[in-house]
Amino acid sequence: MNLRGAVAIFNHELVRFFRTAFGSILSPVLTTSLYFIVFGAAIGSRMQEIGGVPYGAFIVPGLLMLTLLSESTSNASFGIYMPRFTGAIYELLSAPVGVAETLIGFVGAAVMKSLIIAGIILVTATLFVDYSIAHPVLAVGYIVLIAAAFSLFGFILGVWADGFERLSIVPMLILTPLTFLGGTFYSIDMLAEPWRTVAQFNPVFYLVNGLRWTFTGNADVPIGVAFGMTLGFVLLCVVLIALIFRTGWRLRD
Amino acid sequence: MDHPILDIRNLSKTYKAGTTALAGVDLQIRKGEIFALLGPNGAGKTTLIGAVCGLLRPTGGTIEAFGLDVARNWRQVRQRIGLVPQELSFDMFERVDHSVAYSRGMFGCPPNKDRIEQVLRSLSLWDKRTSKIRELSGGMKRRVMIAKALSHDPELLFLDEPTAGVDVELRRDMWRQIGALREAGTTIILTTHYIEEAQAMADRVGVINKGRLLLVDDKAAIMAKLGSTEARISLTQPLGEVPSVLESYQLALEDHGTTLVYRGGDGSGKGKREAAEVIKMLVEQGIGFDAIDTSESSLEDIFVDLVERGEVPA
Repeated sequence: MNLRGAVAIFNHELVRFFRTAFGSILSPVLTTSLYFIVFGAAIGSRMQEIGGVPYGAFIVPGLLMLTLLSESTSNASFGIYMPRFTGAIYELLSAPVGVAETLIGFVGAAVMKSLIIAGIILVTATLFVDYSIAHPVLAVGYIVLIAAAFSLFGFILGVWADGFERLSIVPMLILTPLTFLGGTFYSIDMLAEPWRTVAQFNPVFYLVNGLRWTFTGNADVPIGVAFGMTLGFVLLCVVLIALIFRTGWRLRD
Repeated sequence: MDHPILDIRNLSKTYKAGTTALAGVDLQIRKGEIFALLGPNGAGKTTLIGAVCGLLRPTGGTIEAFGLDVARNWRQVRQRIGLVPQELSFDMFERVDHSVAYSRGMFGCPPNKDRIEQVLRSLSLWDKRTSKIRELSGGMKRRVMIAKALSHDPELLFLDEPTAGVDVELRRDMWRQIGALREAGTTIILTTHYIEEAQAMADRVGVINKGRLLLVDDKAAIMAKLGSTEARISLTQPLGEVPSVLESYQLALEDHGTTLVYRGGDGSGKGKREAAEVIKMLVEQGIGFDAIDTSESSLEDIFVDLVERGEVPA
């Protein structure tokens, strides 16, 4: 394996991230902070506890998930789409770089970026809401897993996209609605039938509840199911990326 | 050819849309040479390079580089190949030195500031090392592309239209740099529209059109085989026919007998010699003339002729 190649891509991506720090860090942190202010501090103080957890603390995992999904997806998709767009992809294709190096480089960097943003958001959240993390080690592990899963997904999206519009369609029109409807702001118990059943078909519902369990110790679904689904998604994405490289789909004519 | 550095056999590429870009190309490249691949737009030059460098998947045939099958040993092979594509393709907001160091790392080489400095200095980019690429002129950007390709010290370098769109002065400067690379032992394959470029630099020349290699030979051999001299002699009095003493030369009368035209030679100087002999015999025969216009066919004439005929010369 060309480890130096992987590290070069990883560092290159991180440099690009910090070069555009204003948009890539400040923007998601500001947006999430606004949610904390409005739903956590302002409205949250008038809401009942959910499952024994104050409303402000209840929404922290959901909002963190919202940021993780959108940032992981967009960071990874832009990472691979930009060289395709500028033509600089020739360098990647002509270099001794395979699937493993690409994943470590592009996806690893996207994961790192998401973790940096997630860390900043968690620190920022303490300014507006009181929360604690019941299972900190599992929380970190799960956050890394989610970031990896959606960075892999973002990479596939970046290979598939043939324009900037497509890059933004999936995060805006699919991931964000699914996250909002996946229990970011409410428990499934608060829904009436048939919506309670419908909600269980939303895959993001399991991710939000998995993360919520690591924070509060309570969730609407068994934690094993949430972890299993996330791992399965990671494996599916890895297989798809391996297929992309094997067939050259959208990369090599 | 013994142990070519690059050995392409029966290479073909048909795109999904049905366009055949390469139709059974055979090509062997010698270690240390500069090989110029000439051809009009859409001839298959870039496709050929892309197939060797891994940018596309050939439909058929085999490619061996350094004695290794490119498809099976792609890691080892790619590490030893450099590519400068035709388009200026990079992150325009990146610093010059960072961009070159990134390329070196991607090809598996350890960080080496001295080597990066050496490459940048050799291409007159050292003073611009901290500049963002978008701030550079077109010629400078082209040099950055070359610096990136040289950063991992490739043994085989592909230059796809390296001087396209650059001014004459910079083009000659690049020729000098490419010559210096050859001196350092790098094998260079370049594609170009500029016949002048091939004539000035190449050891061997290949002419490709419609995915077929029409000709591959030493530049000097091509000139000898297909080059010719033309001498146009304006006579003071028109002639009805070519004098019998000159019948052994390739002569023709044009412009109602007022111009005696010699066409012959083989690019080795034979044409000039024969033209001089004709002049001498005209003087001896008392045939008056008041002007002589001679010209040598260039590689460009040969190229145009080959492409127009689309035939492989004997």
